Amino acid sequence: MLQHVQNVFTRSGACSRMRATRRFLLFLFLFCGPRAGLLDEVIAMSTQEQTPQPSSSVTRRAFIKMVIASGAAVSASAYLFRGSTLVGQGSLPGAVERLMSLNVNGQLRRVDVMKQETLATTLRYKLGLTGTKLGCDRSECGACTVLIDDIPHYSCSVLTHTVRGRKIQTIEGLERPDGTLHPVQQAILDEQGFQCAFCMSGFVMSAVGFLKTNPNPTREELAHGISGNLCRCADYDKILRAMMRGAAYMQKTTT
Amino acid sequence: MAIVHDVMPVFELFQPTTVDDTLALLDTYGADAWVLAGGLDTFDWFKDRNKRRKVVVDLSGVQTLRGVKKTADGGLEIGASTTLTDVASEPLVKQNYRLLSQAAALVASPQIRNQGTLGGNVSQDTRCWYYRSGWTCYRAGGNICYADTPTAINREHAIFDANRCVAVNPSDTAPALVALDAQMVIRSSDGERVVNAQDYFIGPSTDITRMTVLQPGDLLTAIRIPATWANAEFYFEKIRERQVWDFPLVNIAAALKVEGGTIRSSRFVVNAVAAHPVRLGAVEDAVAGKPRNEETAAMAGALAVQGARPLTHNGYKIPLVRNLVKRAIRGEAQA
Repeated sequence: MLQHVQNVFTRSGACSRMRATRRFLLFLFLFCGPRAGLLDEVIAMSTQEQTPQPSSSVTRRAFIKMVIASGAAVSASAYLFRGSTLVGQGSLPGAVERLMSLNVNGQLRRVDVMKQETLATTLRYKLGLTGTKLGCDRSECGACTVLIDDIPHYSCSVLTHTVRGRKIQTIEGLERPDGTLHPVQQAILDEQGFQCAFCMSGFVMSAVGFLKTNPNPTREELAHGISGNLCRCADYDKILRAMMRGAAYMQKTTT
Repeated sequence: MAIVHDVMPVFELFQPTTVDDTLALLDTYGADAWVLAGGLDTFDWFKDRNKRRKVVVDLSGVQTLRGVKKTADGGLEIGASTTLTDVASEPLVKQNYRLLSQAAALVASPQIRNQGTLGGNVSQDTRCWYYRSGWTCYRAGGNICYADTPTAINREHAIFDANRCVAVNPSDTAPALVALDAQMVIRSSDGERVVNAQDYFIGPSTDITRMTVLQPGDLLTAIRIPATWANAEFYFEKIRERQVWDFPLVNIAAALKVEGGTIRSSRFVVNAVAAHPVRLGAVEDAVAGKPRNEETAAMAGALAVQGARPLTHNGYKIPLVRNLVKRAIRGEAQA
């Protein structure tokens, strides 16, 4: 059930802006839920409350207060003993903190990351950077490609915890602060390089990463460089033409 | 068997920074622990819910497992966490062991090579889709092989050394390392042991549930390549259906020492035809002292496939192996 709750947690797009009340309710659910003893107590109390017993000391108001108080205590203890599913884990070498800072597009973003969370999930559902697409989620299609320290990676197959302290760049980080597009982006506009463009951000990040290592490629070299990306529209010819134009623009801007 | 698009099931994550800490963790958790290098094999298992571990030990923080250095005997030692891109582009490897850099450059796609490691590539699990789809076959601890039934689709499966399980080893770097007489350095809390690459890979007759000799608690830390085959004549070819990302249908790694047109000594290793890279010892013996010509190539090709047993749909692998051995002897440039 813990897993189920966490899945719900990541799926909801509003996670990054989750309000305190909602978070509190989740914690209440998360930490009270699995404890059968506590649940029984709550059920017992609520049935007690429903039957009219003049001598009962538990009023509706007191019952709600109790539930809130126990919930708060349990969620507070979760902050104290954070993120351990194994007893004594904190003392072992290499233990991992869930709360971390990610360097994304030049900004340091604080984010609460599950141990099993992939970078694509964090970027899309916690940081709101939905320009990175999730296609296959199995390191096959390349739609989720981002740059990690200037090298293209499938973000669906990188644990967010492994990129702590590294420089992540997504499609959102390509344009300049003044709104000028990256030469590769401009070239795509000029060539009308994509059809449906679901694969576009992945292709662009692959190309930008490849052009950093080989700024003046032949069409064949470029095709090899971005071969880790798939286009379901099979629009490869136009994509390559646009990317080649992007490479030419880049050379113009650097010289 | 459904494709799940969701976060992976919960596991506890450790990110040690030294080999000793890693070994301590592996020792503590034993079979509950999973070693994570590049993760490209790992995440498929976890995402599909077909394998699960309580604890994942991530090696990305252990810097000493990366990099290539020269050894005292003139060979190389490659850290197990060195990425395939680095192996393919490293000048030390390119200079003397082009066979390995070629093999590494042909693995999967650019993004996968940027992340996948040499240690992970040689330790990866088989791609048999019955097994990977979570069927309880022999390899998964059951008592049937779904790929070897009358209606099975087994185009990519084994023609050599099958024993109940007909899965194959899909690695491209593995045959290159076997051909170079490489050695695998394995550490555990009991100490260090060095295993020849050829013995590192095991078939179903040895252990049907594992692809390598690694046991829980073991960590592959480095791969040593001796000077023996430095700058020999190399031949690597990978046959696959799609020229990127795809796993090999068959690949071959060969190293030959040729003097005046005569083959002095050689190594021929093919992979994706058995659960382990297959060294063609009979071919190596037969071509020693023979001229490097078409007659020798034909003889070697015929010898290479002796004893091969095709399944319903993978008979094509027999001419494929035969012709790849011929090509290796001719030393043809790769198409």
